Amino acid sequence: MKHIISVLVENKFGSLNRVAAMFSARGFNLESISIGETEDTEVSHMTIVTRGEDQIISQVLKQLNRLVDTIKVTDLTKQPHVERELLLMTLKLSKTVQHEIFELITVFKGKVVDIKQKSITIEVIGSPDKINTTIDIFRPYGIKELARSGAVAIHRGE
Amino acid sequence: MHSSGQTLNGSEIFFECLRREHVEYIFGYPGGSLLKVYETLHDVKDIQHILVRHEQGATHMAEGYARATGRPGVVLVTSGPGATNTVTGIANAYMDSSPMVVFTGQVPSSLIGNDAFQEADIVGITRPITKHNFLVKDVRELAITIRKAFFLATTGRPGPVLVDMPKDILNSSCVFEFPETVDIRGFKPTFKCHINEVEKAAQKIAKAQRPLLYIGGGVISAEASEELRTLAIQQNIPVTMTLQGLGAFPGNHPLSMGMLGMHGTYWANQAVNKCDLLIAVGARFDDRVTGKVDTFAPQAYKIHNDIDPTNVDKNIKVDLPIVGDAKNFLATLLEVMPEKKENREPWLSEINAWREQCPLTYSSEDDLLRTEFVIDEVSRQTSGNAVVVTDVGQHQMWTSQFYTFINPRSIITSGGLGTMGFGLPAAIGAAFGIKDRPIVLFCGDGGFMMNVQELVTAVHNKMPVKIFLINNSFLGMVRQWQELFHQEKYSFTDLGDSNPDFVKVAEAFGCKALKADNPESARQAITEALAYNEGPILVDFRVVKKDMVFPMVPAGGSISDMLLARLNPKTMV
Repeated sequence: MKHIISVLVENKFGSLNRVAAMFSARGFNLESISIGETEDTEVSHMTIVTRGEDQIISQVLKQLNRLVDTIKVTDLTKQPHVERELLLMTLKLSKTVQHEIFELITVFKGKVVDIKQKSITIEVIGSPDKINTTIDIFRPYGIKELARSGAVAIHRGE
Repeated sequence: MHSSGQTLNGSEIFFECLRREHVEYIFGYPGGSLLKVYETLHDVKDIQHILVRHEQGATHMAEGYARATGRPGVVLVTSGPGATNTVTGIANAYMDSSPMVVFTGQVPSSLIGNDAFQEADIVGITRPITKHNFLVKDVRELAITIRKAFFLATTGRPGPVLVDMPKDILNSSCVFEFPETVDIRGFKPTFKCHINEVEKAAQKIAKAQRPLLYIGGGVISAEASEELRTLAIQQNIPVTMTLQGLGAFPGNHPLSMGMLGMHGTYWANQAVNKCDLLIAVGARFDDRVTGKVDTFAPQAYKIHNDIDPTNVDKNIKVDLPIVGDAKNFLATLLEVMPEKKENREPWLSEINAWREQCPLTYSSEDDLLRTEFVIDEVSRQTSGNAVVVTDVGQHQMWTSQFYTFINPRSIITSGGLGTMGFGLPAAIGAAFGIKDRPIVLFCGDGGFMMNVQELVTAVHNKMPVKIFLINNSFLGMVRQWQELFHQEKYSFTDLGDSNPDFVKVAEAFGCKALKADNPESARQAITEALAYNEGPILVDFRVVKKDMVFPMVPAGGSISDMLLARLNPKTMV
């Protein structure tokens, strides 16, 4: 089962490496990992997406906690949370499909961030599922380049 | 001794911090990045620096010292090759949870990342084999980093911590402040066990018909042997120990069942198989203990106490996990245990029947010298009071079977990593820490050669280590597997044609040496070696070549697959 884990870590060099290396050393699945500063400049927030049986996930959480640089580890999967991912994608552009592409961008609540004679770059924000769907829908128009941020998630407030 | 508030350079701060951590010995080797440290060291009189002959030796010595005393071992080596040579020793300490702080020199900060001379990313290299590690980037961070390193190495589950110190940091100065307290927000081990869980454990123990205590090295590092002893005797519960747990409970007590697992006793493994309650304390259900996990203690309700939550439910799913310190667990358990106990006599007599059915024995009919005899005789002559260090292999398993460990901190052995070459330096390190008990090393002829250079360190410092070389001219344990499971293809395990004359080797190092090739000469050599305390002494025991260690549960096998004898390897029980 897919799990989304939020980790607060010390904002120090090597923290990301320690987490990523622990996953590879112990053979845990790592679908995505994203990291950024928080309101406290000494703390970074990491969002990890992984898959595994309950016993494996329990080990993942404990091994994350065991790292000295981790401050708090939360499995958000079964708690109310917001999960978002950013997609940046450049598509081939031609007169014949231009109209359809613009319509689809509206449907997916995307934004045009750049446009050239033969290409268009768009951004879409949403759950990883929505991002998957977006990519599938746009694929027939010809994807020139694509980048995903990986999921970022936090608890919903009380 | 300098005081807080003075302006000191990095090297002076380094020694000031070590003083405040009560460091007695540094095991080290100088080099380019550490010249400033060694310059300062020249005038340091209250901390002894032990010069090793290879940095790996320094790490094993530090671990031997740590395991014998319970205090952290300290290593000091230079950058690049000096640092990379410590990797095996650090990995060993990590696997066996030994407290150790390794200080490495590093190239100047401005050169880091430039492939400078003697540069290695030792923080990157040792990340997965240390509890934590640090690169000091500012001399003002040096004191707090050293404080944190010792705190981390010795708090909770012990382990190795590495501090990488660039050359410019050691040369630059700042106002010295030693932080008395240390707070690491991501590191808060649970010491105190949850009382409800301990009470539940007490109820289970009170009701169990066939309980068994399964004790690991955690009980020794938590200094909880006394509590264990009281609990076992008061409740009449038999005790089996892992390799690292030996000595936690006296081996000469009727409730002691010796070691369990791959080369454990027949009766301990049978007891695991039949017990209705397994109480694991400070043990981690290692594959050498469990064999096939599905058939391990199949009838038992399993209680598992460990200070490291990651050990719980890692290899085996347990019924009652209790995270916390072993001493706290056992002491609390004693408080809440009901006075009345079950009649355990039927269970104990069942175990005794197994013990009589397949005791640990060895042939003494011929006049051949066997390892088991040597260990048995050393056990007898030292009354189980020695600090016994081993290397890795057959002699190590025979030591677990034939040396009667009475006290904790009596066995120092490479269990998790299985590092050949560990024994000699670890024994030297133990000898620095313990002066009032004999230090005995059992070492194979293969492993001895892996760190033979440390004989210099032993001779130079006149360390009274009894080096009992178990010389069968074979890599015996590999040979045993080749015989049993690999069609007797003795591929590269026969050292008979290439081994040196070990007596001459020892003598060339200035070490006294004896040779023994039959039981009588062996007995005399042991007596002579134990009486000699002017420095190290080596006895070259020329033992039979082809003995095998039994019982043996083949890797990944069940207790029912246990091999009991060599003549017919298909003999199953």
